[in-house]
Amino acid sequence: MAPILTIKDLSFHYGDNSSPVFEKLNLEIDKGEFVAVVGGSGVGKSTLLKCVADLAHSSGGTITLDIPERRSTRRRATVFQDGRLLPWKRLRHNIGYGLKGLELTAEERESRIDEVLVLTRLQELADRWPHQLSGGQVQRAGIARALAVHPDLLLMDEPFSAVDAITRQHLQDELLNIWQKTGAAVMFITHDIEEAVYLADRVVVLSGSPAHVTHDQRIDLPRPRGRNEENLQQLAHDIAQEL
Amino acid sequence: MHKHRSSFWTGHAVGRAVLGFVGVIAFVAIWKLAQSTGWAKAGTIPDPFLLPQTLVEEWRAERLLPAVMSSLVHYVWGLSLGTLLGFLVGAVAASSRWADALHAWLARILRPIPPLAWVVFAIAWFKVSHAGAAFVIAIGVFWVNYFATWSAVRNVDPKYYELARAFGQQGVLNQAVNVTLPASAPGILAGMRTGIGQAWMTLIAAELLGVPGMGQEMNAAAGVGAYEAVVIYMLVISLVYTLSDTLFARFEKRVLQWRPS
Repeated sequence: MAPILTIKDLSFHYGDNSSPVFEKLNLEIDKGEFVAVVGGSGVGKSTLLKCVADLAHSSGGTITLDIPERRSTRRRATVFQDGRLLPWKRLRHNIGYGLKGLELTAEERESRIDEVLVLTRLQELADRWPHQLSGGQVQRAGIARALAVHPDLLLMDEPFSAVDAITRQHLQDELLNIWQKTGAAVMFITHDIEEAVYLADRVVVLSGSPAHVTHDQRIDLPRPRGRNEENLQQLAHDIAQEL
Repeated sequence: MHKHRSSFWTGHAVGRAVLGFVGVIAFVAIWKLAQSTGWAKAGTIPDPFLLPQTLVEEWRAERLLPAVMSSLVHYVWGLSLGTLLGFLVGAVAASSRWADALHAWLARILRPIPPLAWVVFAIAWFKVSHAGAAFVIAIGVFWVNYFATWSAVRNVDPKYYELARAFGQQGVLNQAVNVTLPASAPGILAGMRTGIGQAWMTLIAAELLGVPGMGQEMNAAAGVGAYEAVVIYMLVISLVYTLSDTLFARFEKRVLQWRPS
């Protein structure tokens, strides 16, 4: 299968003189594939994601998206760590935020919003203001907003790191459910190796200074996976050794 | 920290209203005492008991209402122009590096000049007219709104612009309407509310230059020692300000209903 995302020899540094955050970084993600990127803090995981999202400019190398441009969808969409809803828009309008500019009729736009509200189980809360939502609901709304543009590549920047452990487990299972329904590829940044192994088809380890991909582990465990499965724990342990 | 226990008088709405009323009565009583015992020199202090009668007189003489209306003309024009221009200049200066650099020194030079210092030019340019009074008011209001808008727009969290980029909402107008304006609205509206108060303060002084209005009536009344009438105008000023501030506070609350209360 041809990769939809190809990162080739990517490097990034702040300013001109500082040493690079990462260098000669190579990574491919296939269509529909769930890839988790793990690494210690400061290793440039989030910066890598921002480069792919076109929110930061790399200093060298190339990022190629093999996704056709369509007028009614966006090729990629980002889920931020802080949820990042606009506090002055009701949930429904937050979720529809990325639809403006796409070629959609008013009805199509509304049905896109309804569709992702159902998918993320937020229908009841559509008219709320963001401050009236819990941390988990804010994250689900961030996911809904990204899904509404029907992306081929979903970029997730530690989306569950700010919620409590129980909510996190719920969100992880919901994400898997949604991912299987939409068929989008996912690039999932996390520092939680168990989370990575539980969710992903592949776990990629970033480390070193400057950082690069030091390990690329396929997770062949059948789905649905059990969190306490011995194989899963073993894989997580092995990957932790790589860090 | 010592924690006060609230009783009926300090905690309950009715209790607080009664206490507030008592406070006013006590103030008037001391005032009356000072006036009637001769503790304050005769002819320098108004008699509070004559105020209702004076109010009726000022109304019957058809001085009060025209003065209020005339002042409102100055107020509305000065406030509207000052607010609009202050908002526009502040927003442009905060959004454009060029505009910001161009105006930075000029703002630093002009801003400390008290609005009333401009009365000289108000007379030179507009003669003794409504426009002159409105001009002086507008200057004070301009700076308040200019600065509030400038800092509110400057302080919009960049993460919202990043979000806009991530979701393909790059257009300048789009970002202004969906991000910059709503994000800076709390600061801008707080500035406008300050301006509403600032405008009243300069209004009376601006009218002392002779333009018809409450300021002029006060001046005229004081000239003939009619201090009761002066107090009536003071109270009307207080009332009109309270009304406009309350109205604006409602508007503000409505616009900012997305904020946690």
